[in-house]
Amino acid sequence: MIWNTLTYTGWGRVHRATAQVARPERISSLAAIQADTGAPAIGMCRSYGDSCLNDGGHAIDMTRVDRLLGFDTENGVLEVEAGARIGDIARRFAPDGWLPSVMPGTGFATVGGCIAHDVHGKNHHGAGSFGQHVVEISLMSGGKLQKISPSKNVKLFRATIGGMGQTGAIVAAKLQLLPCKGDIMTVTERRIENLDHFLEALDNSKSTYTVGWVDATAKGEALGRGILEEAETGYGLVPDAKRSRAVPFNAPGWALSNPMVRLFNAAYLRRVPERGRTSVKPITEFFFPLDKLLEWNRLYGKRGFHQFQCVVPVSEAAVLRVMLDQIGNAGLASPLAVLKRMGAGRAGLMSFPMEGYTLAIDFPNRAGVEPLIAELEEITKNAGGRVYLAKDATLDPSHLMKMYPDLHKFAKLISEIDPDGMYETDQTRRLNIRSHA
Amino acid sequence: MTDTWIILGGTSSMARAFARAVSRNGAQVLLAGRDMKDLEASASDCSLQGAIAAEAIRFDARDANTFAPIIDNASKLEGMINVAVFVGSMPSQDQIDADPSLIAGTVTDNYAGPATFLQMIAPAMEERGGGTVVGVGSVAGDRGRIGNYVYGSAKAGFHTYLSGLRNRLTRSGGHVVTVKPGFVDTAMTWGIEGMFLVATPDKIADDILKAVEKRKDVIYTPGFWRLIMGIITAIPERVFKKLSV
Repeated sequence: MIWNTLTYTGWGRVHRATAQVARPERISSLAAIQADTGAPAIGMCRSYGDSCLNDGGHAIDMTRVDRLLGFDTENGVLEVEAGARIGDIARRFAPDGWLPSVMPGTGFATVGGCIAHDVHGKNHHGAGSFGQHVVEISLMSGGKLQKISPSKNVKLFRATIGGMGQTGAIVAAKLQLLPCKGDIMTVTERRIENLDHFLEALDNSKSTYTVGWVDATAKGEALGRGILEEAETGYGLVPDAKRSRAVPFNAPGWALSNPMVRLFNAAYLRRVPERGRTSVKPITEFFFPLDKLLEWNRLYGKRGFHQFQCVVPVSEAAVLRVMLDQIGNAGLASPLAVLKRMGAGRAGLMSFPMEGYTLAIDFPNRAGVEPLIAELEEITKNAGGRVYLAKDATLDPSHLMKMYPDLHKFAKLISEIDPDGMYETDQTRRLNIRSHA
Repeated sequence: MTDTWIILGGTSSMARAFARAVSRNGAQVLLAGRDMKDLEASASDCSLQGAIAAEAIRFDARDANTFAPIIDNASKLEGMINVAVFVGSMPSQDQIDADPSLIAGTVTDNYAGPATFLQMIAPAMEERGGGTVVGVGSVAGDRGRIGNYVYGSAKAGFHTYLSGLRNRLTRSGGHVVTVKPGFVDTAMTWGIEGMFLVATPDKIADDILKAVEKRKDVIYTPGFWRLIMGIITAIPERVFKKLSV
């Protein structure tokens, strides 16, 4: 059978969709499916909100189209099918001295998903976004396979990167990999006392990979305290990454109640000695710290969770204090909160990154969370910042135009490619993207 | 010396997973099937996963003319020749009821075609004094059931063939593993209702590779299917004939 009726969710598990899902294993069957019924392509559904959902419609699961097609050992260009997972690529090529140039926080993300959300990683300040390392994309749009690149059909290329699948199915891509020393990381962790200290440390970091963990429950003097991690790839021998384990059931609500999170965060901070420490780890443990805990989204219980992620310009760094203050007072944050410095690199019309600071925080889906996120989104918009669509499930559509200045161009192009809206998702409908054409 | 794996029905997801697994062990791989473009993509994948060499080659269970070139090709390579058979087709019982002429093709795809191929390659394996045949059958071959007894009977024929081939090849140091998968999450079973305890192709590939290493004769994969089929085959026929399991 081609279509299978499935009920599925994004990683945050707040929204769900029941859709007719096809899962081709070959390009020839993908072409047949697309010719029959155009539908958005989806991958591992690691986006948090509703960008992979199409309730009441169709979707094409690309995860079985996942082969390595070619690798040029001279220049490090890898040709790979869209369903291949970024962590598998890293594990395969790091021992040979190559890594995906940009890796998101989970190795389970597919190449297609990384392109469609123009993801960034812990090296964004230096390396830019995922899409900046894409040499060519094979795109199947309306049953027709075409190759697009920075030099061929540029408009479509820039709309496909960060384009949330709205230009068709990404079938394969050529990726420029980055030379690395080997498959281990040298990681230096340091305690950070407060927000000012954090921003200064992020600005001054000279490392290739830099990421900050923030204790989002801290208030007053300690507001913005956390841990700064800086890392470089290296060569050597470390024990294999620990075996992954799965969260067996939905956690009860009190597991992430405010007192528990405060206790956890305080302990987590003290894990790093006062004078800091340097250690070596397998690459996957540094890049994908949560992947060894399979189905960790169950820790948020059956109601799921939201992740809020924004970026604000450097000049507006002060609003981060306002946000952290509101988050701390609301007492709704989970331990998962990340602060990073971003460079200007972005490759698509709808790409998220901008030069500035990005803050990402998980909130269990409880009373008061959506209003809090709405306030944070308002602050972001007023600061000239942007909310990340890969995480979004709540954004007010009226904020979109100010956050994404190329929205009009993008909407116009996708309306031409897909006049019937066959690639629309729950997210594009909620944000009313095509109305901006 | 590098071993060769001929993989018949190389476009199936179980075959792909198995090809990847033997490639990571550094085998030479011949991927045989009908969709050459797809097989070529899989061959590239195998090479990049660690295969010493990987090649796509045409095989059609219903066209015996495609068999000899594959055997010639493998005979030129050094090392042991191994064959893994993943070919098969499963028209629904309803389709067969409507058109009984589909039976001939089902028997060819699941039994006669692969058995003919194995019969032709057996002398080359005997000559080299070793090698392993992996034959993928099905739990459906253990007992005829109302839901798919044509497919099941073809697989049963294949099981019996494999048992005989094992008896033969064992004399020259060769080996045959009969694999009986339960429900596997593949394109063939996608969207079929009533599936339970579904295993991934990677899990099946992993089980097969372990069985090859340990020279097991007959495996159920996942292993609990041995128990389920033990119960199903123990039901007396006079009771079973009234059941719809």
